Amino acid sequence: MSIKSYRQAINETLFEEMRRDERVVIMGEDIAGGAGCAGEDDAWGGPLGVTAGLVGEFGRGRVLDTPLSEAGFIGAAAGAAISGMRPIAELMFVDFFGVCFDAIYNQAAKFRYMFGGGVSCPLVIRTTIGAGMRTAAQHSQSLYSLFTHVPGLKCVAPSSPYEAKGLLAQAIADDDPVIFFEHKLMYDMTEEVPDERYLIPFGEANIMRDGEHVTIVAISRMVHVALEAAEALAGEGVECEVIDPRSLSPLDADTIIESVEATGRLVIVDEDTPRCSLAADIAATVADEAFTALTAPIKRVNAPHCPVPFTGALEDLYIPNAAKVAAAVRAVMEAG
Amino acid sequence: MQLSRDDLLSAYRTMRVIRTFEEKVAEEFAANNVPGFVHLSVGQEASAVGVLAHLGDGDYVATTHRGHGHCIAFGSDPRAMMLEIFGRDGGLCKGKGGSIHIADVRRGMLGANGIVGGGAPLCVGAALAIKSRGEKGVALVFIGDGASNQGHVFEAMNLAAVWQVPVVFVYENNHYAESTGADYAVACRDLVKRAEGFGMTGTMIDGHDYFAVHAAAGEVIAQVRDSGKPALIEIKLDRFRGHFEGDAQTYRGGGEIERLWAEADCLKIFTEKVTGAGLLEESQLEAINAEAASLIDDCAAAAHAAPEPAPEALLADVYTSY
Repeated sequence: MSIKSYRQAINETLFEEMRRDERVVIMGEDIAGGAGCAGEDDAWGGPLGVTAGLVGEFGRGRVLDTPLSEAGFIGAAAGAAISGMRPIAELMFVDFFGVCFDAIYNQAAKFRYMFGGGVSCPLVIRTTIGAGMRTAAQHSQSLYSLFTHVPGLKCVAPSSPYEAKGLLAQAIADDDPVIFFEHKLMYDMTEEVPDERYLIPFGEANIMRDGEHVTIVAISRMVHVALEAAEALAGEGVECEVIDPRSLSPLDADTIIESVEATGRLVIVDEDTPRCSLAADIAATVADEAFTALTAPIKRVNAPHCPVPFTGALEDLYIPNAAKVAAAVRAVMEAG
Repeated sequence: MQLSRDDLLSAYRTMRVIRTFEEKVAEEFAANNVPGFVHLSVGQEASAVGVLAHLGDGDYVATTHRGHGHCIAFGSDPRAMMLEIFGRDGGLCKGKGGSIHIADVRRGMLGANGIVGGGAPLCVGAALAIKSRGEKGVALVFIGDGASNQGHVFEAMNLAAVWQVPVVFVYENNHYAESTGADYAVACRDLVKRAEGFGMTGTMIDGHDYFAVHAAAGEVIAQVRDSGKPALIEIKLDRFRGHFEGDAQTYRGGGEIERLWAEADCLKIFTEKVTGAGLLEESQLEAINAEAASLIDDCAAAAHAAPEPAPEALLADVYTSY
């Protein structure tokens, strides 16, 4: 055990998995940096410093800097994954997937089914999500619901350094294509993380706090926003059960439904925009399967239906916060 | 490379099997026995067979939505293919891919692709796998003149050159992307000229002539296999049927199809060459024609007789585990 940041936990896992299996290669833009330049090799170690040091140990044959060419290298990663490799591709912002979505939703996601089974596509695509860095509309979104919509993909959104390490090891060990969403505001978050390898299975939600009055399901960084709200509400005598689904596809609906059956109330906190979001999906699932357990309407706390604004004055209004979550919890408490 | 009589017989047999297969699919489609879309490669057989004669175990191929001929030439079982095109259980993809997504991944056939140009980046990845394992294989992708204009195809060529991986980019230029002419849509006219922009060699081949395809493609593929670096081939050929079955082809010039059958049929050209030079007897070729007809009739009969997939197949193989 030692204190590690989210960034370190991911970096350490990449080292471990590349040491364990030489079929694991990593590719992406500036994941080492310095290729074709007169200065330092490994100049960046990833645009956000997550892949630092890998090229020094594994060389440029396994740590592949790519041109700014997402359709090319995400497609190549999908091709490598059905040719005996276990590639990890890093695409620095989820906002950039528009130029390479075909390789993901028409190719990697469908190979196994479309080809009649017998082929697997062990591909991991790491990317970042999240607003809060004043990076505006094209570098700040939380578009995981685009991917959970597609059968054949698995989607994971770790909420802490501990979660990031165990879920990334599972993603790399998994035989299906996995989209791994790292929240860029959490890279410097620290906590105790085991030094040894461990896997956190997909489809098993984590109950972060027990409570009898309201179930709060929160995704990625919103887990911490929900916990902050739950702490404040406890002072008012309202006890919230906070659930982190960990993997968004598969989704552990059973744990959520079981909790709602005990509390009768549900609030979902999701940094993505509201229409056709994970929050909408979870609300629909609970309405379908546990309607009679509900004593109040389900409340969703999402970003508003608008692009992410640039200036802090507006971006701070955009991102769900503990006050909004607390208000939603109070509303469901008053409703029934 | 000198071709033996056995090589010639084998090449003719594969081309004839492709031609017969495609004509049978056309007939069955017209009789409403084949669901969905089919895009046939009649007229393009010499390219498929002349190129893929140089590939084998350890190599990878990705093809286009006009990919039946490439699958057969790379060794896929025509019976399992016919079942697939009919959407039957026992098909190459258990009836879940169909003509447009037909694949044989365990043998290195990464599939026809419903997305135009989709195979190009996949082959860069397959070539990376070959290079990572220190093998001497190649990954070869067929690209139509229509797909040549797709962004991901350009990106694949650049990436293959940047990474120095053994990809053969084979452009089959049949002059039509659906109903739009290459003279309109391909700004550089000859696709082979694009090779230079990516630091590759480019080789132009007449796709009507099996011997030209076999010789020139053989040299390029050997060079890619040996050097580990990508190369480009452009094969000029003709498709004799519509973009898809049912295409009225009103975009063609008057008498064009008749002229193609008279002057540009690769099977006819092959026959004239080998019989004219006394390499093979006409009777040998006729025997192959009969053998191919019988084989494909059997494939179609098997497809008619094969069961539909069971309902539980609907949800099978979405994931390895979920």
